[in-house]
Amino acid sequence: MLTHARKLLVIIAEAALEKELVRDARAFGAHGYTLSDVRGGGVHGEREAAWEADRSIEMKVICNESSAERLAQHVLATYAPNFAVTLFVADVGVFRPQKF
Amino acid sequence: MDPVVLFFLLGVVARLAKSDLRVPEPLYEALSIYLLLAIGIKGGVELAQQPLGAVLPQALAAIALGAAIPFILFPILMRVGRLPRADSASIAAHYGSVSVVTFAVGVSVLAKQNVETEPHMPLLLALMEAPGIIAGILLARMGGAQRIAWGTLAHEAVFGKSVLLLLGGIVIGAIVGPQDITSIEPLFMGLFKGVLALFLLEMGLVAGARLGDLKRAGVFLVAFGIVTPVVLGVLGALVGQLVGLSPGGTALLATLAASASYIAAPTAMRIAVPEANPALSIGVVLGVTFPFNITLGIPLYLGYARWIAG
Repeated sequence: MLTHARKLLVIIAEAALEKELVRDARAFGAHGYTLSDVRGGGVHGEREAAWEADRSIEMKVICNESSAERLAQHVLATYAPNFAVTLFVADVGVFRPQKF
Repeated sequence: MDPVVLFFLLGVVARLAKSDLRVPEPLYEALSIYLLLAIGIKGGVELAQQPLGAVLPQALAAIALGAAIPFILFPILMRVGRLPRADSASIAAHYGSVSVVTFAVGVSVLAKQNVETEPHMPLLLALMEAPGIIAGILLARMGGAQRIAWGTLAHEAVFGKSVLLLLGGIVIGAIVGPQDITSIEPLFMGLFKGVLALFLLEMGLVAGARLGDLKRAGVFLVAFGIVTPVVLGVLGALVGQLVGLSPGGTALLATLAASASYIAAPTAMRIAVPEANPALSIGVVLGVTFPFNITLGIPLYLGYARWIAG
């Protein structure tokens, strides 16, 4: 089946950043996003999602390469210095290119 | 000893013993919504039966007290604790704001000893949530170039979960009144103590997990976490006496002054002052001050109130 190349940008961050990340994703041209509550650990310690200040989210954004790159740069420059943030990008194929 | 405190200690022990006990996050969320609403509704029902004019000076005093506390603590944290400006302001904001669960335990301790309190104390609780946070943000930004997003801040202050539910509960209780509240009374009043006990089990697990942060926080912050509520409790009791609260009301205002927020403040300060290290503020608030207040602090603040009342 024919697919179209897009980028999947995954941002795992403190839940306090949710509103900002959604706003940024839209501003940098993403047509949509998916959010989930997650838990895990890293250099900032364990984040167990037990209460308000301990929650983390995973945001998945599928968009074109330029949007993914600009959004990733923005997140790295704006939030990564002070917040627990992990992000990575992957190549994906989508079936309906107009959606992404 | 109040049974709810033992639930808290059980949570701490479970955590320290590395038990696999875990309160699911949606249950924690549901319990906190319940507690905020129940406290609000109970206050609202009783508030509806008394003139509002008498409440106004006490409400203003509570707001002023919440806003003043960060200005008192900030220089101590910066000069004595030698903490950076952002951390000093963030920790000061946590203490300026209030802890709903500490208040709930205070209410429960007073009720057990048959000490009467003013019915509008939940309103003072709701009003004291935001001023300390706003004062803390001002302290963090003073002299800095970064601007403050006042619109977002005001929105969070009024529509943030805890203030919204407390004030919403107060309004619902005031509109419904004592007769019609009976239909929801078994849930919101009858089960209150048991739900509070469950919530404190979870708080014990959370506080136990924070004890590790204290090693990094150092001796100053641990001492600060105990001395601060003891001193702020005196300040709260004096203000309570000044505005004519009963000994029970004075003890609760002292408890509010001595308590530190762990719901509204950490979230607000994380966004407003991202350069502050949350492990420090949350470590001292949940690892030291919260356990101190619910075990030793509240009886002490009741003692203050009785002593001041003569």
